[in-house]
Amino acid sequence: MKYFHLVWGALLRRKARTIFTMASVLAAFLLFGMLDSVRTAFADAGHSVSGASQMITMSKLGLGQQLPLSLQSRIESVPGVTAVAYVNWFGGIYQDPKNFFPNEAVSENYFAVQDAVNLPPDQVKTFQSTRDGAVVGAALAKKFHWKIGDKIPLQATIWPQKDGSNAWNFTLVGIFTARHATEKGIENAMFFRWKYFDEARQFANGSVGWYQEKIASPDQASRVSTAIDAISANSDHETKTETANAFTASFLSQLANIGLIVTGIMAAVFFTLILLTGNTMAQAVRERIPEIAVLKTIGFTNRSVLSLVLAEAVLLVVIGGVIGMLLAMMVVGGLKAALGQTLPMADVGGSIWGSAIVLMIVIGFVVGVLPALRGMHLKIVDALTGR
Amino acid sequence: MKRFLRGLLLIVVLVIVLALWSALPWYGAAIAAILLVLWLALTRAGRRTLNVTGVGLATLPARWGASSVIVIGIAGVVGVLVALLAMGEGLQATLQGTGSADTAIVLRGGSQAESSSVLLHADTVLIAQAAGIARDAQGHAIASPELLLAANLPKKNGQDANLSVRGVGPEAWAVRPNLHIIAGRKFKPGTLELDVGKGVMGQFEGMTMGSKVKLGNQLWTVVGEFDSGDAFNSEIWADMQTIGPVYHRGSSASSVTVKLTSPSAFAQFKAALAANPQLKVDAETTHKYFADQSGGINKLIRYLGTTIAIIMGIGAVFGALNSMYAAVATRSREIATLRAVGFRGTPVVVSVLLETMLLALAGGVLGAFIAWAIFGHYTASTSAGGGFSFTQMIFQFRVTPALVWNGIKWALAIGFIGGLFPAVRAARLPVTTALREL
Repeated sequence: MKYFHLVWGALLRRKARTIFTMASVLAAFLLFGMLDSVRTAFADAGHSVSGASQMITMSKLGLGQQLPLSLQSRIESVPGVTAVAYVNWFGGIYQDPKNFFPNEAVSENYFAVQDAVNLPPDQVKTFQSTRDGAVVGAALAKKFHWKIGDKIPLQATIWPQKDGSNAWNFTLVGIFTARHATEKGIENAMFFRWKYFDEARQFANGSVGWYQEKIASPDQASRVSTAIDAISANSDHETKTETANAFTASFLSQLANIGLIVTGIMAAVFFTLILLTGNTMAQAVRERIPEIAVLKTIGFTNRSVLSLVLAEAVLLVVIGGVIGMLLAMMVVGGLKAALGQTLPMADVGGSIWGSAIVLMIVIGFVVGVLPALRGMHLKIVDALTGR
Repeated sequence: MKRFLRGLLLIVVLVIVLALWSALPWYGAAIAAILLVLWLALTRAGRRTLNVTGVGLATLPARWGASSVIVIGIAGVVGVLVALLAMGEGLQATLQGTGSADTAIVLRGGSQAESSSVLLHADTVLIAQAAGIARDAQGHAIASPELLLAANLPKKNGQDANLSVRGVGPEAWAVRPNLHIIAGRKFKPGTLELDVGKGVMGQFEGMTMGSKVKLGNQLWTVVGEFDSGDAFNSEIWADMQTIGPVYHRGSSASSVTVKLTSPSAFAQFKAALAANPQLKVDAETTHKYFADQSGGINKLIRYLGTTIAIIMGIGAVFGALNSMYAAVATRSREIATLRAVGFRGTPVVVSVLLETMLLALAGGVLGAFIAWAIFGHYTASTSAGGGFSFTQMIFQFRVTPALVWNGIKWALAIGFIGGLFPAVRAARLPVTTALREL
């Protein structure tokens, strides 16, 4: 720390070069912050707090296959299962297909199972007693300016009414929030009563899309899933049960290998950054050879010359990197507000900052080490005579 | 004040040039390049520029570190841009290449996608009676009721994924003349046999000719592989009458695809369906149906790819600026000498710009080549391709000439920005001080 002004002076020696290099570092870390935020959002979706103690039972045949309603009581009797709800994907459209949001028909006890949702108890009661009652997340209500008591019309895509009409109407009886800050995505969903849905739909009555179970403890997940799947083994409606987290993770991995894409882009970015910053450091040391020789003459050890140059390189990368990450924080905040759930992004928080800082220091060392060694090994007499 | 105005002017020129450049088609750039070559070869100022540039290029090896920063930096931008856009392009090409103008697909009214549509057996019979449908040699309407299902099967990476299973009848082959069996044979109706799309063969575990695949609690045998060069390569096909009951769908269908007598018969066909009070269906040409499904995702990829490339490009511009300012600084005595013996500013400015843009061009070509070498024949899959079916769409990245050209345009633009300011600096070097500099 004693020599901070020396390091700082070295950076200021050629201001334009330092600023240009920092701008490149800034751009690289801005990109890192943004991309890692997307990657983290995808990775976290499979590790949610509420998703660890919830199980999902679907038809083993595949997506969109229905299961008989009669399974509910049999699943309830599996030890370790505390509540069983059932759901049908509705896939309705509000006004325009572009307004896409998830909407599902759910059993009356759904909110006892779905931990991620925080619905006031009195609204749960109204939901259970209103025939065409529906609840929506706070984000969705805000987007379409809905308030309790509003009628919400949806156009069915999968489930027509008995008379063949696609027009379904619901009454908004509750607005819920996400229980955990990391699971805000659910605030874009709409849930309505399965009973109303089942009575009115044209076909497949008495069948459900999937079961959602709450289990006493996440440790029992694998035992419970085996027990549930055993109920319908060798029947014509075999099931596949997994934790809600495993289900989400598998669903997202089928969308795209986000981790691989982000890693590939960042590898290209940091490779070019190392080359660029390394070149700057090499130039900086080359120019200062006589000065370094003077430092050595007045008694600076090889070690301290080495650390001076390394410190300069690390400082260069860290300043640019920190500004880039701060910018990424702002950009991600802005994008999240503007895009909503179109592109999942996590807040640029502790873990992203942590890996960014580690990267900055490592890159600083990598680009600094060759010029630093050159400075260390330089012979005073040769350097001073300009050889 | 004067300096500020000059800087402002430079930035305005830069913005105009970049705007023109981004809109320039390839032949426009070719004409510009030819004009530049003619100017270099035929005019006095041009020949002088060539001389100065020659000196600059000759000293390149002496500063290979700084020059490689430009080349590699720009190669990185172009490589990432081309690879990302090639992904969007591949996905879009697969969907837009699917379907034709003389076949139409009929779905239940309001259902948007095949995966959410349900047509009862009676509906499919009525649809096949509509006007405008072509007939085969025996006089039967060429209409193919099909049942689209999703099966949960393990991929080669060990994870389960949703795969489209299409239950079809004999007419399915007739409405898709571009779909051919490339190995084995068609399944026999009424048996547990499957034909597998070419894309699925490579991506899913245990999908080989003769192997058994478990759908429901039955084992199905793979007896053939087909290739259509489009979205159907991501499907497996089975007999609709056999697979329907396994999936508890009875005799219902998801869609009916019909061969029209001609593309212009579509209006007649659609009107005939709308006029039938017993039917509540939507009809679309298959070409439009599949093209509509690709719109959103390719736009998103293009938007993301461009954003990432802009940020990387900014980083590369500063790298180029650094290198070229350093280059101008080391050559300041030489440039000042040229100015002292009577060279005007233009050859100096153009030569520094030319040098940067040549390095940028090398970077652009290198980046596009790397993207092509890695992703030119890369096969990927996504569940975001086909509306809301959430089944796997297998597609190949497409590094098209248009994308490569786009990448090279980016490279030259970055080179231009990175070279312009150092070039102007070089031309404005005060001759006397520069000559005195050691």
